[in-house]
Amino acid sequence: MNLMLEVKNLKTGFDIEGEIYHAVDDVSFSVKKRQIVGVVGESGCGKSVMSLSIMQLLPKGIGQITGGEIKFRGENIEGHTNDEMNKIRGKEISMIFQEPMTSLNPVFTIGFQIVEILLNHSNITKPEARNKAIELLKNVGIPRPEKIVDEYPHQLSGGMRQRVMIAISIACQPKLLIADEPTTALDVTVQAQILELLKSIQKKNDMSVLLITHDLGVVAEMCDEVIIMYAGKIVEKTSVDNLFYNPQHPYTKLLMASIPRIDVEVNELTTIQGIVPSLKNMPKSGCRFVERCPSAKPECSTVTPLLANVGYEHEVSCLLYEGCYPREGMR
Amino acid sequence: MNDTTIKYEKENLLEVKNLKTYYPIKGGFLRKTVGHVKAVDNVSFSIKNGETLGLVGESGCGKSTTGRTILRLLDSTEGQILFKGQDITKLQGKSLREIRKDIQMIFQDPYASLNPMQMVGSVVSEPIMNFQKKSLASLKNEVIELLRKVGLPEDAYYKYAHEFSGGQRQRIGIARALALRPKLIVADEPVSALDVSVQSQVLNLLKELQDEFNLTFLFIAHDLSVVKHMSDRIAVMYLGNIVEIAEKESIYEEPKHPYTQALISAIPIPDPRKKSNRIILKGDVPSPANPPQGCPFHPRCPQAMAECSLSKPLLKEVKSGHRVACHLY
Repeated sequence: MNLMLEVKNLKTGFDIEGEIYHAVDDVSFSVKKRQIVGVVGESGCGKSVMSLSIMQLLPKGIGQITGGEIKFRGENIEGHTNDEMNKIRGKEISMIFQEPMTSLNPVFTIGFQIVEILLNHSNITKPEARNKAIELLKNVGIPRPEKIVDEYPHQLSGGMRQRVMIAISIACQPKLLIADEPTTALDVTVQAQILELLKSIQKKNDMSVLLITHDLGVVAEMCDEVIIMYAGKIVEKTSVDNLFYNPQHPYTKLLMASIPRIDVEVNELTTIQGIVPSLKNMPKSGCRFVERCPSAKPECSTVTPLLANVGYEHEVSCLLYEGCYPREGMR
Repeated sequence: MNDTTIKYEKENLLEVKNLKTYYPIKGGFLRKTVGHVKAVDNVSFSIKNGETLGLVGESGCGKSTTGRTILRLLDSTEGQILFKGQDITKLQGKSLREIRKDIQMIFQDPYASLNPMQMVGSVVSEPIMNFQKKSLASLKNEVIELLRKVGLPEDAYYKYAHEFSGGQRQRIGIARALALRPKLIVADEPVSALDVSVQSQVLNLLKELQDEFNLTFLFIAHDLSVVKHMSDRIAVMYLGNIVEIAEKESIYEEPKHPYTQALISAIPIPDPRKKSNRIILKGDVPSPANPPQGCPFHPRCPQAMAECSLSKPLLKEVKSGHRVACHLY
């Protein structure tokens, strides 16, 4: 049982004025045991919606999974009831959000919020849970945990709050951690601390991590494999080394070239023309990157490319590659 | 052109001397001032004509307060801001209005800094109408010319801010800042709200405009890679103080201050084959309301000595053009 998470043909749609628009469209990938998989993309590419779909935390009545499978340790959890999901969320799969300021409840103490999840998922008494909470706070590098446990979120700095979030998310030793931009709201020196912490916990707990980020530096440092998303679809899936040394999709190449780098001096940055199409204006067929793509061919706007292997563990979805043409009968 | 113009053309466009900006902390029943947040504490630097000075630091270090004090959006507590040789800290009324033409700002948040009820044309023409009497037709032509310069279509004139994406909105903000042909632009985190692919478009635009209009930038940002790309010289701030200031090459190749070293080493390098020798700092930035004695960085400094907790180091030149505030030198 090497696969921790397997997502197959996942489609998540949003109901806008009676019509369903897909923010995540036919996405398949897997996360192996002890692996850190990065999901990279610009805002609106569907990376957060995808993680909320896995957790089944989509806003009710607006967002819904319209197709596909989500397998966690071999079991399909798509379609689980809320009660069933509650047993998994926090215990087996847990999540860290971007905003440490808004994801903690301001009216409860730090201790209460950690104890809550411990009592929910394991058979221990309150005093035991409190001791465990203090220990968890110590493990995530919070000074004076005996005091902090009785403090409120507003008394802590952003970095400290993110540490508390991590303490909550690892309280039940989950098998899979979904971290949605865990360091985006933090300063670089604090970001370095938090990434280091996440890495050491991942090693210690044998955890798999799905790390959602837009920072390619964070990806290079943390991940084993990377998924590049654009407008709800996966455009490239490969190892970290391939991503940086052998990117194949035109979007990936441009993305890599458009970031200013501290170690390389350039006069003018590469830019990607135009902007990401909005959900409503998404092209119905063809490649979604076609309008901004410098290597677009005429058929790119009519033929939807498949995600196909172009090398060892390297998948790309682009018509520049023969294998990405849909097979006859599927067009 | 008279004599004085020529004199400051050669010298510094902006010179900040021992600037302090404190925010009062009010407390108690009578709301008396019980202390001060020393957001900017004795900061000095200068910017030459046509140069870009990058101001970096973590949140709460006082970089935005410095920018806003220079714009006279905040009042300084002490010190001087010399713009073209004239101290602008005490200017009032008409003379202050005059100076506002020459110093403009680009804001961080392209969503919050544009009035949703105003058409783009009126957003960009407002500063011009404020200072110049112009016929409507020539005003419109000028605005459309500005919109074209920042890469927006002509019909943007009649649209509202919400019809644009983040990057385009930032272009509107840039057009507004350019409208009066200022000498100095304070850009406070102009790209931090944008996606990488759009960020590079805006950064390129700012560089082009700088060449075309001979602009001088105070470029405030927390992203060191962006600052490096944009700046000629860089000042690093920590807790209201400038701890190091130098040409960008020296800052990145041989950072002297332990804080700068840690800051630069903390940037994740987008290259999996390069392993960084990271200096991980302990703890958080102390509160500027109650800064530590001596060097503001000493409680977190890996190289702190006994002296560091006693006296505050001053900015000293350690190499030509490279100044550091640290007792190690």
